[in-house]
Amino acid sequence: MGETFLSIENVTKSFAQTTVVRNVDIAIDKGEFVSFLGPSGCGKTTTLRMVAGFENPTAGRIVIDGKDVTDLKPNQRNIGMVFQSYALFPNMTVAQNIAFGLKVAGASSADIAARVKEMLGIIKLPDHGGRYPFQLSGGQQQRVALARALAVKPSVLLLDEPLSALDAKIRISLRAEIRAIQRELGITTIYVTHDQEEALSMSDRIVVMNEGRVEQIGTPVEIYNQPRTRFVASFVGTLTILAAKAVDAAKGTMSLDGQKIRAGKPFPASASKNISVALRPEAIALGKGDDNANRLTVKVVNVNFLGSIVRVKVRSGAQDISLDMFNQSTTAPPKVGEQVTVNFNPDDLVVLDGQPQA
Amino acid sequence: MTDQGSQTNATAPQRFRLPLSWLGVAPFFIFALMFLILPTFRLIVGAFENPEGHFTLENIQALAQPSIVSAYVISLKVSIASALLGAFAGFALATAIVRGGLPEWVRASTLTFSGVSSNFAGVPLAFAFLATLGRLGLVTVLLNNWVGFNIYAVGFNLLSFWGLTITYLYFQIPLMVLIITPALDGLKREWGEAAATLGASNWQYWRMVLIPVLWPSFLGTVILLFANAFGAIATAYALTGSSLNIVPILLYAQIRGDVLHNPNLGYALAMGMIFITGASNLAYLWFRTRSERWLK
Amino acid sequence: MRGKAWAWITFALGCTYFFVPLIGTIEFSMRMKRGEYSFEAYRVVFGDERFQATFGYSILIAALTIAVGILIVVPTAYWIRLRLPNLRPVVEFITLLPLIIPAIVIVFGYLRMYNSSSWIPFTATRRGTDILLMFGYVTLALPYMYRAVDTGLRTIDVQTLTEAAQILGAKWPTIIARVILPNVLIAVLSGAFLTFAIVIGEFTMASLLDRPAFGPYLQNIGANRAYEPAALAIIAFFITWGCMAVIQVLSRYAPKSASRPN
Repeated sequence: MGETFLSIENVTKSFAQTTVVRNVDIAIDKGEFVSFLGPSGCGKTTTLRMVAGFENPTAGRIVIDGKDVTDLKPNQRNIGMVFQSYALFPNMTVAQNIAFGLKVAGASSADIAARVKEMLGIIKLPDHGGRYPFQLSGGQQQRVALARALAVKPSVLLLDEPLSALDAKIRISLRAEIRAIQRELGITTIYVTHDQEEALSMSDRIVVMNEGRVEQIGTPVEIYNQPRTRFVASFVGTLTILAAKAVDAAKGTMSLDGQKIRAGKPFPASASKNISVALRPEAIALGKGDDNANRLTVKVVNVNFLGSIVRVKVRSGAQDISLDMFNQSTTAPPKVGEQVTVNFNPDDLVVLDGQPQA
Repeated sequence: MTDQGSQTNATAPQRFRLPLSWLGVAPFFIFALMFLILPTFRLIVGAFENPEGHFTLENIQALAQPSIVSAYVISLKVSIASALLGAFAGFALATAIVRGGLPEWVRASTLTFSGVSSNFAGVPLAFAFLATLGRLGLVTVLLNNWVGFNIYAVGFNLLSFWGLTITYLYFQIPLMVLIITPALDGLKREWGEAAATLGASNWQYWRMVLIPVLWPSFLGTVILLFANAFGAIATAYALTGSSLNIVPILLYAQIRGDVLHNPNLGYALAMGMIFITGASNLAYLWFRTRSERWLK
Repeated sequence: MRGKAWAWITFALGCTYFFVPLIGTIEFSMRMKRGEYSFEAYRVVFGDERFQATFGYSILIAALTIAVGILIVVPTAYWIRLRLPNLRPVVEFITLLPLIIPAIVIVFGYLRMYNSSSWIPFTATRRGTDILLMFGYVTLALPYMYRAVDTGLRTIDVQTLTEAAQILGAKWPTIIARVILPNVLIAVLSGAFLTFAIVIGEFTMASLLDRPAFGPYLQNIGANRAYEPAALAIIAFFITWGCMAVIQVLSRYAPKSASRPN
């Protein structure tokens, strides 16, 4: 990992009675793209607003490029911010919006013109400089907002749910575009979203937050494949969470409704024998699999055709497990009521922290 | 739809069919013609006629006589002063309740009270100010008794330009509050935050964003307040009788007793009023369209 | 204390400007008996036969204005929404005209057009002049009435409601009276109370048409009496306040724009 550029150090934020952010501690490298992912009210936006300077932390500090900015006002921090509602100034043209920060900073008009032209090129709207925001589509407005934030060459770029107000199609294309621009400029970026697909597809690292706490920090692959907590497992991706009984924690073995399975690595032994394990639908296949695979004998309770994949729900004891199979002409999906064998790799079985819920 | 069908059928040669869908709005148009459009039209035509019914521009030219010009000047002065003062005071009040972080009940009660006092005009309003700032009014008496300050001794008179302006503010300020509050609500918090992250100071934000955004709404409302004051007569008449020579009072006197000794000059006077209020309302609509476009 | 200091100061200044005249008027209205505060002025006002007569007359005219206003505005606004959306700008413009043309000009036009020697001599008889005054008030109330009703219609789906009623076999009078009107009743009532507040003390039209209405009575008292006008101003203020309070209460029961397909 590179050197830390932006650090959020043990930050806590309380409003009157409630604490919305608790002891959040995140170190972000220069040029890194980090997403804050979580449901609404998890504290991700409040954390972002503390980085921007709109909220003051109750405790802890925020350091950007070696400088403690905790007590600085937003207009002294040199950050760029993009909002969900675009927040373009309605009385200014696209070019004037992009020029705003430069004008405020007192740049010469020649420099401003050159920079505006450059930014319009980067967001691929070279001919839209004279338009007003109300003449643009939502996606175009958000691109202009991005250009406005980047025109002043901020040290950090903050994006607060920038795509949430847009159509699904534009959302996906803009995702790639934002990421490409971010890479090109190498700017350190925090991206707040509640959309796991967005976070997974764009980020270098993801910070999953819940109820004001950081649940897990990791690369998209880590977050997806090795969720550390029950919350991360259930929030990111589709996941079947099962209750099992530990047999030998050191060997990673357990019993699932009387059938013996094992995890890829040992798990910490806890006082209780009851543990939670998680399985992704795409990690389970029909059939016996290879020698190393875990096998379960289950009963098919539902077959759901979703187009490219077929989601099959099978039952082990009283617990339902989802599995996905590709829709291929060579393999017919099983029938409801049939007894089948399914297999999965021990490495795909994730043992979660904490007790299973009743 | 059906109305288009019946419209074309009505002009088609084959068979006469009554355009039924027009029947639904016929009462409205008959009413509007009889009690709004034709009477106004009659006055406008009359303004260009001499007593014998021939076309003439003499009436319009006759408006230039000093007594009429001075009436227009005083009317314009009162309307402009009360519109501008009302607009600034109302704007300050609206800004306080929208952006001042005051408790919700302050906002709610201010808006309710504005609804009441913007409709509290006419004769009773004049009474209220006579009882307050008249020669025996509460404020006049208290100022005199407590601090020995006689406002009438320093030239104040309720039955004057300033007296009328202060009185008009009682409905002008609330009207401004009612109209400008939605515009202030339409300002997004994110604009301020975006400006701040871009390095702008609070003053730069006001100068470069808020004032330009609010300008059309503000100016439009000033014009509306102007027209509102310009056409008002009851308050002024009850307050000053006919001692203050403003256009509506002159017109009132003309209607009652032909003080100008020329009925057609009265029509011209009325047309002048329509012209001024009409032009200002057009300007208002133009500004409103502009600000709505932005604040969508 | 919540809020910024400048906001509280502005609010306090506003309160001062708006409450001092009310307090001054109340105080003045109670000074009628020498040396003590009393409600003598109110007693005199309420006991005045002309007060009762003119107030009763204005209430009657206001009620007629509201009834005729509803009869003209509701079907028009409904029909415009349902069948003639193209005419909408025209109708909206006409309903705004009374805000542009001062009342004194409108009534001047009436006096020229409907005098005793004209084709419809409204002003030739007292009853005719009453009707003319009522129509004048309908004109003054038109902008407020139309906007209230149109806003009410916007929150319900006129088209679907009408079609649903037609499928169930309802005829036009039934549709308007039993389906549309109940749904916009709150809006119509709001418009009605606003109309009442405007019409009850109206001076210009009543005075120039020479009708014994409350507005000219107020003006007459103001020119001839000392303490009664203050009492009347307070009474008028409370009438206005009452109308606005009713409108506020009504607005809580107004149908919120329900699920609409757009």
